[in-house]
Amino acid sequence: MRQLAAIVLMMLMTAFAVSCGGDEDSELVIMTHDSFNIGAELISQFEAEHDATVVLQSAGDAGEALVRAILEKGNPSADLLYGIDNTYLGRALDEEIFDEYRPDLLDEVPAQFVLDDSGHVTSIAYGYVNLNYDKQYLMDHGLTPPSTLEELTEADWKGRLVVEDPASSSPGLAFLISTVSYFGEDDDYDYLDFWRDLRANDVLVKDGWTAAYYTDFSQYGGDRPLVVSYATSPAAEFLFSETPVEVPPTGNILIDKASFLQIEGMGVLKGANSKDLAKKFIDFALGRSFQEDFPEKMFVYPVNRNASIPDSFRFAEVPSQPSDIGALEIGEKREKWIQDWTEVVLR
Amino acid sequence: MPALEVVGVSKWFGAVPAVREVSLMAEHGDLVCLLGPSGCGKSTLLRLVAGLEKLDAGSVRFDGMRQEIVAPHMRGFGLMFQDLALFPHMDVLGNVSFGLRMQRQSNDAVQKRVEGLLELVGLEGYGTRKVYELSGGERQRVALARSLAPSPKLLMLDEPLGSLDRVLRESLQGQVRSIIKEVGVTAIYVTHDKDEAFAIADEIVFMDRGSVVQAGAPEALFRAPATELVARTLGMRNILAGRLEQAEGIARVRCAIGTLAVGEPIPAGVLLGGDVLVLIDERALTVVPAQDGPVPVGALAGVVATRAFRGGESELCVRVGAGELVCAVAQRDAGADVAPGDDVTVILPPNAVRLLR
Amino acid sequence: MIASRLLVIGPVTFLAAFFLYPLGAILGRSFGGEVLSLDPFGVVLGDSYYLGRIWFTMWQAAVSTVLTLVVGLPAAYLFARHDFPGKTVLMALTTLPFIMPTIVVAMGFVALLGPQGLINTALTGLFGAEAPQVRVTNTLTIIFMAHAFYNYSIVVRIVSAFWSNLSPLFGESAAMLGAGRIRTFTHVTLPLLLPSLWSSAVLVFVFSFTSFGVVLILGGPRFATLEVGIYELTVKLFRLEVAGALALVQLVFTYVFLLVYTRLQAQSAVPITFVPEEESKRGKRGFRDVVVIVAITGVLLVVLSPLLALVERALSSGGGYSLVHFTGLFSDDSGSYFRLSPQAVIWNSLRFALASMAIALVVGTAAAYVIARRGRGRSGVVDALFMAPLGVSAVTLGFGFLVAFNRAPIDLRGSWLILVIAHSLVAYPFVIRSVLPVLRGMPPHLKESAALLGAAPLSIFIHIELPIIGRALLVGAMFAFAVSMGEFGASLLLVRPEFTTIPVAIFRLLSQPGESNLGQALAMSTLLMVVVAMGFVAIERFRYRNVGGF
Repeated sequence: MRQLAAIVLMMLMTAFAVSCGGDEDSELVIMTHDSFNIGAELISQFEAEHDATVVLQSAGDAGEALVRAILEKGNPSADLLYGIDNTYLGRALDEEIFDEYRPDLLDEVPAQFVLDDSGHVTSIAYGYVNLNYDKQYLMDHGLTPPSTLEELTEADWKGRLVVEDPASSSPGLAFLISTVSYFGEDDDYDYLDFWRDLRANDVLVKDGWTAAYYTDFSQYGGDRPLVVSYATSPAAEFLFSETPVEVPPTGNILIDKASFLQIEGMGVLKGANSKDLAKKFIDFALGRSFQEDFPEKMFVYPVNRNASIPDSFRFAEVPSQPSDIGALEIGEKREKWIQDWTEVVLR
Repeated sequence: MPALEVVGVSKWFGAVPAVREVSLMAEHGDLVCLLGPSGCGKSTLLRLVAGLEKLDAGSVRFDGMRQEIVAPHMRGFGLMFQDLALFPHMDVLGNVSFGLRMQRQSNDAVQKRVEGLLELVGLEGYGTRKVYELSGGERQRVALARSLAPSPKLLMLDEPLGSLDRVLRESLQGQVRSIIKEVGVTAIYVTHDKDEAFAIADEIVFMDRGSVVQAGAPEALFRAPATELVARTLGMRNILAGRLEQAEGIARVRCAIGTLAVGEPIPAGVLLGGDVLVLIDERALTVVPAQDGPVPVGALAGVVATRAFRGGESELCVRVGAGELVCAVAQRDAGADVAPGDDVTVILPPNAVRLLR
Repeated sequence: MIASRLLVIGPVTFLAAFFLYPLGAILGRSFGGEVLSLDPFGVVLGDSYYLGRIWFTMWQAAVSTVLTLVVGLPAAYLFARHDFPGKTVLMALTTLPFIMPTIVVAMGFVALLGPQGLINTALTGLFGAEAPQVRVTNTLTIIFMAHAFYNYSIVVRIVSAFWSNLSPLFGESAAMLGAGRIRTFTHVTLPLLLPSLWSSAVLVFVFSFTSFGVVLILGGPRFATLEVGIYELTVKLFRLEVAGALALVQLVFTYVFLLVYTRLQAQSAVPITFVPEEESKRGKRGFRDVVVIVAITGVLLVVLSPLLALVERALSSGGGYSLVHFTGLFSDDSGSYFRLSPQAVIWNSLRFALASMAIALVVGTAAAYVIARRGRGRSGVVDALFMAPLGVSAVTLGFGFLVAFNRAPIDLRGSWLILVIAHSLVAYPFVIRSVLPVLRGMPPHLKESAALLGAAPLSIFIHIELPIIGRALLVGAMFAFAVSMGEFGASLLLVRPEFTTIPVAIFRLLSQPGESNLGQALAMSTLLMVVVAMGFVAIERFRYRNVGGF
């Protein structure tokens, strides 16, 4: 019996981690969504420069991180939150979870990439959500990529498109918003009609990007050659191919007004312990070294106009005319759009 | 002071009274048998003494100390179940030594005592055997050794031999008694089998439907059973309804087989002309083939109805008068030669006839 | 006396502090702290969409449960009644599906049954271009298959553990009374197995009922369950009060169902003759037995085939086979802050799993004891209460943990304890379900004999009950270990990167496109399978004072 107790005790002790939490005064805690990625060197650099410890904590996806921050309002467990994008900005501002801060380097950010005029959320990165296609599949079936969204409702593309549920997926929502932008809401043929036709044309809806991309996209064993993804995805395919390739196996479908510009940023949480340090980090995040490090990790673009863009991004074409619905409007109408969409497509 | 004193103990299960105001006593070293038909409450009484059930009324004392407030595992009593309940995950040593380990005895003391007990029950060297490898009789003895090991003040056994075959049971009965006597522990033994009770008990407490019907030494019960049930259970075959015809001098009683002389004193409270039960000891009868001439005094005429071979004796069922008499005759007697249908004379010595209220 | 008081207080305190408190905290926040208005409930119950989801959730769980039982029984029989070389490894393999992250399982199914999967490729190869193709992805069929795949090890483990302790005398008596093998099975064996069947059935049902990832990834939002609705309402639509209402509805449904089940189970438990394992194995092996073993093993391998497909994919690269994804995993030079070496990640998973297993074993066994002690009639409510954590939405509870444990009186901010406790909460019901039927089936005379030999209630528990429930404890331990390694929905609670566990590392790899990302994710999944299988084998072999052998 004593043996058993000893074993149990040992098990508990082996699990005991290093004492949690360092010295609170010079510790900076940053809450991020789980797609966030940055080089360890950069963090060490910041730590050395400011004689502090930086802790990056993943808090689920962007929506979950935001909910968490809202639930912790006033007594946040972090100093900074990274991951607010233009679809969530409205709610973040309404819940007043951020302090205002305008870093100097904002001057280096082109106006179109400024997320929040009120100065609570500072843009750090941006990207585009649009359709990707499987080159091999199209070639095998004698298809060319569609040049308008309407084409997707035609026979050629029946059962060949997979999208994500806007209620649960960020790119899914982005694509939905771009259809709102493209077709409009009150026209004869509005976005809901489009989606009705898509449904009739056997569109597949998946709950998240990972499921859609890795189980239904024909590139990875599914039977759908068109998928809603990021403009940078082909660049990632190029970089992460198993054997070196000249061009990526997937490409972008860039239709005017059908690509969604997604900007994400970070803000200082109200009630944070290390406010000054937090502000310094935002400055740091807008600096060139930070901005040039994350593109090939997160596959998003740096907002700082002076930051150079990696070579692999030549396969990530930039759409000439992304959809143009502002964050405020999104904040207001988003729930209605999602509900209407759900009604039309899923029920 | 008696070792065990049970006074006015009652127990209800819902509306059903399982034990009704039972009182009994056992002196130190006594081996008391609780005998009775199934459902008479003897096992429940045992469980009450053990503390496995709560008393609804009455008290249980041991060496003068009330036991109701003492938890079962603190009473120092031992209990052996009919299904033995040997611990399946331990070997023989583990089982037998369990009580000693609970007493926190040293390994050496435990070892010694277990060896001694195994020797006592005739299972030397069985320590490492697994329980499921043992035969029925061997398991019985392990269970006995286990209950004796912690030197209980009182040992209770609930039909411990009930699941064994007759031969084994009979051979173990004697052994169980001698082991218990050798150890000297006070014991309560529950059984429904009269032969077992006779073989084992110093005193028998007969129970029926929750109450004590009669208590006393086996001979006393046998000689003067208090009720018909007791008489039947103790194996008497001839119990007849009768009426007392003569009380002066030699008593006479009339029953279905005739008017009989009664040898034993009339039980108190039986009046002339009153109803009694007549017990006739089947082994005290002599059966001879009928001879010419009148039936002698103290004998009755009858016809053999059936004959059953019983090994050392035969059991004759003889129609006498308006009733039947069962006679057990030894093989070597003259009556052994009679067959069904024969006329016979049954000789009834007066001391073969007893009366019961 | 004090010890047995503790035995009762322990699990109750655990439940109150780590389940009721956070649940109350998040529901309090959700309903805005006002007097509980019924509006959100009206929204939920009045809307045919939600009602439809509730209905769908229930019947698909029921069908999944039946299917899983049917698939699991033959394997349970195999492990209960037969011994053969490689048995321990096979048993470990059959429990693997349980721990795999849903996205990985989905990929395995696609790799096997997808449009370009192994089966379709084989069919085309054999029969040419016009070959029939298997089309099950994104249908209800694959959801049932996935549920059976995930959960059948629950049936196998719990039922076989119980079965292996059942005395063969029952079957033999039936044979002597003229019953053929099938009749013996249906009339004698099956009814005796009832407690364990109920136990596993309820677990499978609850898991299928609260299923999230599997249903979604393999089927898509059309097959959404309640759990998905709660997620959307909380995270995407930020309508906490409706989410809270839905979570309560889900909890009430589960609780009522659990109540019914616990009543039924209590009544079906009869004292049974338990024998040590060795005694219950079939004697010499005839030809028929060999056939049975081979056949059932074959079925098992079929069930495991999605995992095999995964491993195949992890090993293939550029048309052939190689270890490049594995080496890539160990030599990642991107310099990412979040990058942890595979060894560190594996070690994290392992130590958290061991800790939660320890907690789950202690709490679960104590809880089972408390339930058994209350007797048949009155234990249902308590039993269902202890099982309740399984039925509550992971999203709701997860946020509840965040809200409740980020401040006094229990401040676990930044600590790995939150994670371990969350895992134990989901794990300990397994221990209860595994141990309870055995506790109840123990003949009362065993404990009474022990009492009359001087054993106080705690000694009885330690010396008599505990060893006899040994095998059931091992099963419970195994599931606790598995639950933690598979990490059900705890990514929300992950606090620091240095605590990254295997499923989190896999998700991270899959959040970016790219063949080598996929390859490495699959390599990591393979490592997960290997580590867990080894863990199972180790636990299986653990024989403490004959604990495992009984």
